[in-house]
Amino acid sequence: MRTVLFSASAALVLAIAVHAQPPSSPQPPAAAPAGDADKGKTLFVKNGCYQCHNYEGHGGAAGARIAPNPPPFRGFVNYVRAPRGDMPPYTVKVMSEQDLADVYAYLRGRPRPRDVSSLPLLAR
Amino acid sequence: MNRRGFLKRASLAGAAAIATPAAAAEPQAPAARAAAPGTPIMSAAAESATPPEADVLTVDRTGSDFMVDVLKSIGLDYICANPGSSFRGIHESVINYGGNQHPELITCCHEESSVAMGHGYAKVEGKPFGVFAHGTVGLQHAAMAIYNAWCDRVPVYVMLGNQLDATLRRPGAEWSHSVQDAAAMVRDFSKWDDTPMSLPHFAESAVRAYKIAMTPPMAPVVLVLNAELQEAPLGADARLAIPKLTIPSPPEGDSRAVAEAARLLVAAEHPVIVADRVARTPAAMAHLIELAETLQAGVITQGGRMNFPTRHPLNLSQARAIADADLVLALEVSDLWGVLNTFRDQLHRSTRALTRPGTKVISITTGDLYVKANYQDFQRFADVDLAIAADAEATLPALVEAVRRATTGDRKRVFESRGAKIAEASRAALDRARLEASYAWDASPVSTARLCAELWGQIRNEEWALVNGTAGWAQRLWNFEKPYQWIGGSGGAGVGYGAPAAVGAALAHKSHGRLAVNIQADGDLMYAPGVLWTAAHHRIPLLSVMHNNRAYHQELMHVQKMCNRHSRGIDRGRIGSELVDPFIDYAKVAQGLGLHAEGPITDPNEVGPAIARAMASVKRGEPALVDVVCQPR
Repeated sequence: MRTVLFSASAALVLAIAVHAQPPSSPQPPAAAPAGDADKGKTLFVKNGCYQCHNYEGHGGAAGARIAPNPPPFRGFVNYVRAPRGDMPPYTVKVMSEQDLADVYAYLRGRPRPRDVSSLPLLAR
Repeated sequence: MNRRGFLKRASLAGAAAIATPAAAAEPQAPAARAAAPGTPIMSAAAESATPPEADVLTVDRTGSDFMVDVLKSIGLDYICANPGSSFRGIHESVINYGGNQHPELITCCHEESSVAMGHGYAKVEGKPFGVFAHGTVGLQHAAMAIYNAWCDRVPVYVMLGNQLDATLRRPGAEWSHSVQDAAAMVRDFSKWDDTPMSLPHFAESAVRAYKIAMTPPMAPVVLVLNAELQEAPLGADARLAIPKLTIPSPPEGDSRAVAEAARLLVAAEHPVIVADRVARTPAAMAHLIELAETLQAGVITQGGRMNFPTRHPLNLSQARAIADADLVLALEVSDLWGVLNTFRDQLHRSTRALTRPGTKVISITTGDLYVKANYQDFQRFADVDLAIAADAEATLPALVEAVRRATTGDRKRVFESRGAKIAEASRAALDRARLEASYAWDASPVSTARLCAELWGQIRNEEWALVNGTAGWAQRLWNFEKPYQWIGGSGGAGVGYGAPAAVGAALAHKSHGRLAVNIQADGDLMYAPGVLWTAAHHRIPLLSVMHNNRAYHQELMHVQKMCNRHSRGIDRGRIGSELVDPFIDYAKVAQGLGLHAEGPITDPNEVGPAIARAMASVKRGEPALVDVVCQPR
């Protein structure tokens, strides 16, 4: 692992607004098409999404948290196609609309986090 | 007899003289002089030869003994070296004449490890140790680590062996190992160098080099030790003096400029203090706390040093507060432009200011006192309203006093109100970090947040110090409150710094009885893993927990970015950056180098117990390593 981090701007990757979402039950976006979560997992890894967002989509030093509550599907797709920050753009040639729907299903299927108060290691 | 004559005659006399007591010196027999190559050591001719008259083969003291006297006088406690014939003279003087104490020789397996150990050591101990290396092949190995120390403004005291006199070089390797101007290769990224031509010259230059290295801005220095100077006999009547070492006081900011800075700080509504390589000594943290509390101003720490407690109510490092600032006080910030702006790395590169229009910027940095041209570590030029060319730590006490003098009762009430809001933002940032750490808590590979939380659970009640690692989650979750608990990173982002710097820092912490903790990246360790053997051999206690993401991950992301840009082969982006097929078994590597080691661990529930077992070894005074397979970032 390289110790150099992307700049702060690089951290403004996908779905910045997701940070503000509480870990309550997800609201299924109205326009989200059907997706195959298993295929989505494969695509998430194959296309390198995990590199910034980690394998569970929980975010990290280089990418925002995008699971288990991704932003509404249309905004998700728009951002992936034309990111405003440092995230590399994914064209249709690389990931089709259906591919993104599969990834979306995978992200929405990630486990809910445990209640922080139940984790002694995270106590103040 | 001078050394040149001594060597010439020794080579002519060949093996015959080896068994000849010097005290029985008589005119040398022609037969012995003419001994043909391949002559047996104890040939009949040699045995019957008359001992040479003045072929003295032993000597009580040499130049390198005096060099050791000088090194002792300046206080070098250790010298790290991978052995090399060009400094064999001083090597022997250190271990025999000097008693291998102050300095003690530390055996290293790579010159890059030697220098990086010195880099980590200096940031804990506040002073350099020495490094011996060949002036050619050794320095070439050491160069990247010297560059890191240069970028990080850390003193390392490098001594290079070299044989300047061509007529005295042994045939073969010594020619390959000799150079006209040894220090030239690193002159662009070292602060000063010299090649002394006499022992008095060495004494002056050795003391001068130490003084220069320790004067802010601190940086590596290089001395070239000619082999002839090391090995030449030192006469009993030699009169050699060691100059007095006086470290200059660091440059303090001009009093009028400091008063103006105080005036601006007191008048500002939202001042933000950005601190990077501020802390040279343990006193710096107290000064910075005093300034922040006097102003009730938020502090953003860039991570270059342990400047400010992570859980201080005025710590805004996680709150991205720069956008709200109407005044930024930048203290020893290595990349001020990068603090004030964001850079978008897309096909068309663009930048955007992070501060609002009209935000004033004050800088206090020794970076304005000393800069070189070739290597570009000075970063992009930043607009500054008041630039104080001085050492920030040395200037802080005067700035605090000036702020106190300029503060009225009305402003004090404003400060108190501001401080309460900052404290709330700081608390919220900690809560946010705890919440974010709970995501993927049970994931395998282990999340980096879980890794840091498990490690924190084991060390929190110890006298701990984090000596290396991607400190992101550690700084968000751990309570860093003491000046020695963090030393910053590599400086130049030259990979391979982490493991040796951690061992060097652990060597310094050992004498203070502290638990040195290293969050070790996998790619970094593979540069020169032999430093783990050095830790085992010299009984340097160090707890290493691996952030093993099985890749040079930063580069992997860069390559993927290019794949995306061209919309081709994203699935092949890993080629050339991943460390897989086979996976590297770091526990076995470490075990083979003499460490207690466990792993690879993929179950997050096994991390804590493995760290506890490793800590038991560390508490016995030994290094230990736990390999944890982690999420990428």
